[in-house]
Amino acid sequence: MIEIKKLTKQADNKLILRGIDLSILKGETVAILGPNGAGKSTLLKVLASLIKPTAGSVKINGLELKKNQLEIKRMLGYLPHSSLLYDHYSPLENLVFFGNIYGATEVEQRAVRLVKEVGLSFFLNEPVKNFSRGMIQRIAIARAIIHEPEVLLLDEPHTGLDQGAISILNNVILSMKGKKTTTLMVTHDFKQAAEICDRIIIMKNGRIADDFYIENQNIGFVSKKYQLQVEGAS
Amino acid sequence: MNLLRTAVLLAKKDLYSELKTKQILVTQIIFAALVIVVFSFAFDPANNTTKAVIPGVIWVIIVFAGILGLNRSFISEQRNDTMQGLLAAPMEAASIYLGKFLANFMMILVVEIISIPFLFLLFDFKFLGSLPYFLIVIFLGSFGFVAIGTFLAALAANSKSSEMLLPLLLFPITTPILIGVVQATRIILTNMEKLASALAWIQLITAYDVIFFVVCFLLIDYVLEV
Repeated sequence: MIEIKKLTKQADNKLILRGIDLSILKGETVAILGPNGAGKSTLLKVLASLIKPTAGSVKINGLELKKNQLEIKRMLGYLPHSSLLYDHYSPLENLVFFGNIYGATEVEQRAVRLVKEVGLSFFLNEPVKNFSRGMIQRIAIARAIIHEPEVLLLDEPHTGLDQGAISILNNVILSMKGKKTTTLMVTHDFKQAAEICDRIIIMKNGRIADDFYIENQNIGFVSKKYQLQVEGAS
Repeated sequence: MNLLRTAVLLAKKDLYSELKTKQILVTQIIFAALVIVVFSFAFDPANNTTKAVIPGVIWVIIVFAGILGLNRSFISEQRNDTMQGLLAAPMEAASIYLGKFLANFMMILVVEIISIPFLFLLFDFKFLGSLPYFLIVIFLGSFGFVAIGTFLAALAANSKSSEMLLPLLLFPITTPILIGVVQATRIILTNMEKLASALAWIQLITAYDVIFFVVCFLLIDYVLEV
């Protein structure tokens, strides 16, 4: 589904990504862990076509990213740190606007259903500016999946959420996984990574330091691997 | 087709936002009204020489009210990084430019529709020139000014002092348009015998509009790159 070869990104003489090679299968849910400045968010931004890579190639669903940006963007759902929502718009208006931009069909019905799924149907027509951080994040995830993307790119989606919102978010990610959506999730939350992901990638200094599959939501195994790679402990 | 569809969606979004917040249009109209009132105090409407000021006043309103709108058009996309949302969506950078241009152009047209009759009324100006030519000049001048202004607003939006930077960039580049439209408006409103000269100015403005619209359309990809 996603094929990354020798991906390099340089900004102001600093190498942010140093020759990333990565292959992700369709339907996989992958967590990207790593310390600050490891290049995790940059990798997502390159995949989302927000940043042009310095060198290397990225293929999504067999399509070269450089040559097929619009087709690839149509397949992607991207959720960065910011909500990407218009403050004075209601959840419904935000979702309908982005759904239309993505060329989705039956946008309004889908938007209403998604708002209900994230537990905010009571606030369907309230402006987003009155929402708490958790509520905004729930609408933001609904925005990212309004067009039923084949690939979901999530940048620290659990940050600042309460337990209820985390469980709603995880349910949404798992239901997308049920629909064979490929998910890449940058996170610092080992517990969530172990709970919902099949595979963990640890990045350090712009390189992939480790790449492994996990079973039985073994958080201890993830922590041990992380410590070994990032903190150098054995 | 996708380019036009997404541009129209974006323009509709901006206009609907404006309808909800009334931040830009109201400011523009208040500014236009203030200019008209101040000029009507400064120049005696009963005096015939006052009529010569009207073309200048029209373009002072359009240019400065326009800048108020242009400044906000890309800065408004910085809140919650919504510009990133647009760039990550399947729409070309040119489509974002076109959408923003359409919204800005519609807003300045609304300001003109309200303020110009008000100006004529307050200055007791009897329109003896050619209305179609007058409308063409207003349309072409506004088109060029907003086309260049929207592009430069995108460029300036990343700067911390974008509100100061935009006029500094905009005025030198739009000077030929401003000279042309003020001259053409003056001839059409006060001296129709020199219509040939006005037509030459209109041709110049049209050429300038087309060249800069195409250039902005092609270069916006580099300006909006994250």
